[in-house]
Amino acid sequence: MATRPVTGEQRAFMTGNEVVAWAALAAGADIMYGYPITPQNEIMHYWTRMAPKYERGFLQTEDEIAAGFATVGGVLAGKRAFTATAGPGNVLMQEAMAMAEMMRLPTVVVVTQRGGPSTATVIYSQQELNLTCFGGNGEGLRIVYSPASHDELFLYTIKAFNSAWKYRFPTFVLGDGYQSKMREPVTIFDPEARGITMEPCRPMVGLPGEKRDPAHLRNTYNLEDELYEVLTAAIKEYEAISPRVVEWDTYAVDDADLLIIAHGVVSRAARAAVVSLREGGFKAGYFRPVTLRPFPEETLRSLAARARNLLVVESAYGQLKRLVQVSLYGLETPVTGYLRPGMGITPEEIVEFIHAKELI
Amino acid sequence: MAIAAQPQMPRVWRAETKPHKFCPGCGHGIVLKALGEAIDALDIQERTVFGCDIGCSLLSWDFFNLDTVQTHHGRTTPVLVGIKRARPELVVVSYMGDGGAYAIGAQHLVSSASRNDLVTIIVVNNTVYAMTGGQMAPTTLPGQKTETTPYGRDARLTGRPILGPELVAAIAPPGAYVARGSIANIVQLKNFIQKGLQNQLEGRGIAFIEALSSCPTNWHTNAAATWRFVEKEMTAYFPVGELRIPAEKPSGRFQEVPPYGS
Ligand SMILES: Cc1ncc(C[n+]2csc(CCOP(=O)(O)OP(=O)(O)O)c2C)c(N)n1
Ligand code: SF4
Repeated sequence: MATRPVTGEQRAFMTGNEVVAWAALAAGADIMYGYPITPQNEIMHYWTRMAPKYERGFLQTEDEIAAGFATVGGVLAGKRAFTATAGPGNVLMQEAMAMAEMMRLPTVVVVTQRGGPSTATVIYSQQELNLTCFGGNGEGLRIVYSPASHDELFLYTIKAFNSAWKYRFPTFVLGDGYQSKMREPVTIFDPEARGITMEPCRPMVGLPGEKRDPAHLRNTYNLEDELYEVLTAAIKEYEAISPRVVEWDTYAVDDADLLIIAHGVVSRAARAAVVSLREGGFKAGYFRPVTLRPFPEETLRSLAARARNLLVVESAYGQLKRLVQVSLYGLETPVTGYLRPGMGITPEEIVEFIHAKELI
Repeated sequence: MAIAAQPQMPRVWRAETKPHKFCPGCGHGIVLKALGEAIDALDIQERTVFGCDIGCSLLSWDFFNLDTVQTHHGRTTPVLVGIKRARPELVVVSYMGDGGAYAIGAQHLVSSASRNDLVTIIVVNNTVYAMTGGQMAPTTLPGQKTETTPYGRDARLTGRPILGPELVAAIAPPGAYVARGSIANIVQLKNFIQKGLQNQLEGRGIAFIEALSSCPTNWHTNAAATWRFVEKEMTAYFPVGELRIPAEKPSGRFQEVPPYGS
């Protein structure tokens, strides 16, 4: 039985969903629990085709509630377990992720956003930012990666497993339908070939033969003080690890008068807009949060303080813009939004909008 | 004067957390004792993972010297299915109330039964939503008064009480073990639970045991009325006994398919 699905580095041309399935395999994911929903379906399709060859598990559950909770179970059993979902499935999965948040369980969820609200479309969208970062009855103690390309989709899917098991917060890879379905060149690799060591997994229950006290894990507390204590410790830890977790990307920011802010696949249009503005002699730059939770606010603040205008571009009605504004509270730099909920965004549109609004 | 001997408690009993947190006269303690004795008898303490729901069952989160996970209302079974699929060598017990099993978590029960998941599910049927203060449950008897059926449950408006074991027995494939016991017969109940664990150990299929149980707090009953309700009124509607045993021959459309992980 083959054990290494990817050896060294390999060039490929594939869809985003295929990339995720290969990344999960390369990361040594043991088991996937899933429920069909477009546009993530092919993650399951590729996984179920490849998993038996590498002795990995799969269960198609009765719904996303069960998929989320079974992932919790797999993690408790000490396995690198994961699931994938989108839209209304993401809504249902928040129940399990709230439990994972409270109990510090290293669950991994790949979200391929679709248009909202409700069932909506299955193509372009960044409308699951709020839900993924802050969904559930909790404080949003999560790690959320927003990759922009297939190379990043591969990298951050692997990273998601490592961050989850290292820091013990539920971790999400927030893609979207467009990334899921589009094909582009990608380099897939064996983590070891790039010097990435996978974080070890350890069971939290079920360790026959080991001398220890039984684990009594719960997420219900009788007293306010007790809950407050547990949560305060988790929040403190989240804040402590945040500087090590946050990631961002910038381009042409050093002398930028206008800073365009975007995340995920939309950031590619934003970057292209900056290139074209620069060609026209305009001083534009771009900033992309790679982690939406925790949010790279310190870096953004220092860049925003130097700019004359900020433009947030997103395929949602201000979900990213709100994060930006909260991070920049007190700064005078005006923030404008090019907000296109559930729509694709082109570089030309962005440039046209900038000129029309005289942002540069 | 001779001191009366203390009743024997199961080895998995966690002495530090006793006396337990259930109300006086509650049936949960009796069901859990039966489960503890069954685990002792099979000597599977080391590899058993106990999961409890929301509802009064959550009070058992530190009841046993067993690895325990307390989860969400209705979601105990998928968590344990997740564990079992990841680690088939473990023995998993999903413990919940009738609300968790037949209302909010019904889809998980139906799907686990039809998949013949190797889990042992124990449902405590006390005919009410107890922890939230005595509202109607899927098992509330016709005519029974609860906080949300103050004039008595009217089956024309709210439907009839759900027969859980009958439901599971109807959809589970051969190899399943399904029974209904009662706290009024603890020896039989322990026997059913032990058979249910045995079924998982031998990889035959799902085990589902409903236990008729008491909730004097929400029934507003004294000791005599509590027992009368369990022994007479509940048993009249919910017959006690074994509904499916793994030895039976596959019949009709069911084919013998070994459960996953067996
Ligand atoms: C999603 C959700 N809805 C509602 C509740 C509130 N709730 C807590 S316990 C309970 C009823 C439990 O009844 P049952 O499952 O019959 O168990 P019992 O308390 O009778 O043992 C409810 C509705 C909850 N915790 N979660
Ligand atoms: S409320 Fe009822 S079920 Fe809950 S502990 Fe008390 S007696 Fe038992």
